[in-house]
Amino acid sequence: MDGGGNGRHDAIIVGAGHNGLVAACYLARAGLDVLVVERNDYIGGAAVSRQLYDGFTYSNCSYVCSLLRTEIIRELNLPAYGLQIIPYEGGCTMMRDGGHLALYDNHDALRREIARHSRRDAESYERYLRDMLRQCRFIKPLLLREPPDPTSFKPRDVMELLHLARHFHRLGEQRMYDTVRFWTMSCADFLDQYFESDIVKAHLAGSSIIGTALGPRSPGSAYVLLHHYMGNIDGTVGAWGFARGGMGAVTQALGASLQASGGQLRSGAPVERILVRDGRASGVVLASGEQLRARIVVSNLDVRRTFLEVMDSKDLPPEFLAQVRNFKIRGSSGKLNIALDGLPHFPAIPHGSPSTRGDMHVTDTIDMLERAYDDWKEGRWSRAPYIDMLIPTQIDPTMAPSGKHYMSVFVQYCPYRLAEGEWNDARRQSFGRTVIDTIGAHSPDFKDLILHAEIRTPWDLENEVGLTEGNIFQGELTFDQLLFNRPIPGYAQYRAPVRGVYMCGSSTHPGGGVMGAPGANAAGAILRDLKRAH
Amino acid sequence: MYDCIIVGGGHNGLVCAAYLARARRSVLVLEAADQVGGAAVTREFAPGFKVSACAHLLHLMPGSLMRELGLDARGLRMAAAHLPSTAIAADQAPLALDPSDCSGLAARCAADAAAYPRYRQRLQRLGAALQPVLEATPPRLGTASWQDRWSWLRLGWRIRRLGRRDMRELLRIGGMCVQDLLDEQFDTPLLKGALGFDAVLGANLGPRSPGSVLPLLYRTAAEARSGSALAQPAGGIGAVSQALAAAVFAAGGQIRTGALVERILVNEDRVAGVVLASGERIAARQVISNADPKTTFLKLLGSEHLDTGFVRRVTGLRAGGVTAKLHLALGRLPQFTGVAPQALLGRLLLAPSLAYIERAFNHAKYGEFSAQPIIEVTVPSVSDPGLAPAGKHVLSALVQYAPYQLLAGWQHERVRFTQLIIDTLEQCAPGLRAGIEAAELLTPMDIEREFRINGGHWHHAELALDQFFMVRPVPGAAQYHTPMSGLYLCGAGCHPGGGVMGLAGRNAARQLLREAA
Repeated sequence: MDGGGNGRHDAIIVGAGHNGLVAACYLARAGLDVLVVERNDYIGGAAVSRQLYDGFTYSNCSYVCSLLRTEIIRELNLPAYGLQIIPYEGGCTMMRDGGHLALYDNHDALRREIARHSRRDAESYERYLRDMLRQCRFIKPLLLREPPDPTSFKPRDVMELLHLARHFHRLGEQRMYDTVRFWTMSCADFLDQYFESDIVKAHLAGSSIIGTALGPRSPGSAYVLLHHYMGNIDGTVGAWGFARGGMGAVTQALGASLQASGGQLRSGAPVERILVRDGRASGVVLASGEQLRARIVVSNLDVRRTFLEVMDSKDLPPEFLAQVRNFKIRGSSGKLNIALDGLPHFPAIPHGSPSTRGDMHVTDTIDMLERAYDDWKEGRWSRAPYIDMLIPTQIDPTMAPSGKHYMSVFVQYCPYRLAEGEWNDARRQSFGRTVIDTIGAHSPDFKDLILHAEIRTPWDLENEVGLTEGNIFQGELTFDQLLFNRPIPGYAQYRAPVRGVYMCGSSTHPGGGVMGAPGANAAGAILRDLKRAH
Repeated sequence: MYDCIIVGGGHNGLVCAAYLARARRSVLVLEAADQVGGAAVTREFAPGFKVSACAHLLHLMPGSLMRELGLDARGLRMAAAHLPSTAIAADQAPLALDPSDCSGLAARCAADAAAYPRYRQRLQRLGAALQPVLEATPPRLGTASWQDRWSWLRLGWRIRRLGRRDMRELLRIGGMCVQDLLDEQFDTPLLKGALGFDAVLGANLGPRSPGSVLPLLYRTAAEARSGSALAQPAGGIGAVSQALAAAVFAAGGQIRTGALVERILVNEDRVAGVVLASGERIAARQVISNADPKTTFLKLLGSEHLDTGFVRRVTGLRAGGVTAKLHLALGRLPQFTGVAPQALLGRLLLAPSLAYIERAFNHAKYGEFSAQPIIEVTVPSVSDPGLAPAGKHVLSALVQYAPYQLLAGWQHERVRFTQLIIDTLEQCAPGLRAGIEAAELLTPMDIEREFRINGGHWHHAELALDQFFMVRPVPGAAQYHTPMSGLYLCGAGCHPGGGVMGLAGRNAARQLLREAA
């Protein structure tokens, strides 16, 4: 390999999101001379900690750390670079009638709590946990593998298909049927198989719609449930947690790990074009006009941005471009980051209950979730939105001055395009009011405690982070865009149609969430190609 | 003592009986109603006005089946075949959906006119690849049986043979939502609405529901081998059942109408026969149920004979219908604005856009009927005057969405919904209301009551990805035999579903004979 210097590198990674950094780390550890170029002045993409209000640190995009593959944490030695994940201590849903459902990590307490709403559901919950665990065990080993191309007869693809078949076969006949149904069912139907109580169903259904343009009654949403359930903290399956110091801690640790293994980072360097010479990657041009040369260019951007904006259409097959245009990326989520003068009081929750030291919700029926989705379909933000609300500063004091608190509020649904017209500040404010009122309805002193609120629409997320339509998964997680279909049938193996150009963003298998798997898999594909070349 | 008793004389039951009788089995079909056919019957709904009670068009029954049972020889004629489909809307000119002549479409949008035939051809290619799947018993998963593995390999190979491009497309759109599929290729809302209509017709899905492309593929798959494309049998759909009954008799089978089966008899863990409501017991070696799975297992057999896991699956089967049927007795021929007379031979689709369908579907999610329903209209008396008194006409319409579980309760809402549908039609056919002499609305509740289909779903169970092929109706009963030895299923609840296709019946008969052999 030719060494670094004179603006020439072995590999250039476009975008310092968590997947770009993971890919970079693995390439650097394999001895490549790697440069990561980032548009913003800070690295991290959508996994960042930002000081936007004095003394407060916001995880202003992604806010929960559970999907990050343990293999990656271990191999890149992230704890040594300051990554510390603190598990939730509970979770809860407050009901409109003043009641609540609390989730505790103490299993017996949890059973008693569910039994308060339905004895039968308390029993079913065991069955539910068991089945979810089975699904997790089934899917986990597949996350860090390159999906095979079912149309190809290449030995590797055939072997990989056989591996999948065997992996599936090991489930045994009944489990295989359950799995097939689980993958194709709607979350509402799936939960109906277990539970009778609305509040229990509503609480669990929440994670089936986060980030997707689906409702809990849309077939396929049960899988999204799993996608958020694959979390794993210190071996506890399904556990969710905060990154100490905010989500930036993840990407900061990745950055440090990268530099420790000889990789370089350049922020404030937006890429204008990915250069292609005689049918293969030759480098990138920055907005400043500066040229950086490399025979491998890895894009952390979503496929639409990569191929429709950063690459020159004449370098790509027209049919491929048509498919890229058909790739479904839909903005459906908003976010509020709120600086609070103190800890808000939630009358529904018993004082001092650990259930507030986790994810809090206020949507108490599946129908409410579904109606929130109906609003999105009509091009308006949900009038009664689903919110995933956290106050990390209860556990992590580093994010706010003492006595004060930072609240992260994820909001579903919020469209990228409004039926009433373009997003502007007035509309942004009124969207924010909707959310704040929703929370205020459950906490009398909440509004008075607000010191500062950052309101983020899909439009803002696109403009700041560069995610098309502000979709947090870089593409819908529907059947037509999963596994060997993700992002595009025939191009699911991280390789673009142009030699030397690779994709490593969440647009690729296994998709979004701060998981890092796409980055790791992309690095694997690149290193295999290099081995083959020598 | 019979070899086989078929519970229910619906079209699938009759098909199954005919094939078993032809294989020298002594067969008895027990039908609760006074005429055979189940939901595939023609009946009088107003003095002198006759109509196909549920399904009103024949388009899925394979030609091979019709030939093997010699249905033409037994008097089955088509009053009209290769029927045209026309998209209508209150506020715009109708659009003929004819892949061979897109002039009407070209006038609206040249690009769509060019894309439409290609779209049809591709769907047909993909459908044709799936078609053999419909005619076979679904293989089981994860068994050691070479037969199962072989059928999976065959299926895989058939899809592979499509060639790389089509195979990828099939794997991509197989689980897709029909709105995405149509948005990718077309612009004209009226066209997309009409094409989306066929995807969600009879399904508890909206155009945005992932998996809504499946029913569409399914339809094209069946139509690929169908005897008569989109056709209207002379004398209504009941004529098909009559011809099937004749085929049963000709093969030496027996049929008893007015014989309601109350229970399926079990003796030493195998089926022994049935008991009728009259108390009469009839012994048989095998009992094949044309009834829907819930009725069969929970009512006729009884959950005490089944293990809890299986019962839970049957109970969890999604089987609530969303399609209502409207029958109008008309004093004169309805005048649909801008619709050519020959178009009235076929079906008119009222679903102006995908957004319109999605909004109609929204109501169904919350147990309400659609404020603006989507409607498939036929006027069968145009090609078959015998259905109505001289000079008068019958209008038969499928209407969505009308959920089985209506919050307000159908007994109160039936009239309101009937008026709502008529108003909706009136906008496309001014003067329609004035011509109405009688009206009948069959909600899923009524369909459940009249045809004894639990949930009033014309497929007996929702035809969706999670209740499809090897998991239809439920694992453990997907190969037509059930956990109770000697008991088989042959109804629309099994693969490949209903829609007067007859394949569930034929597949079940073949499976039974294979196992007996």
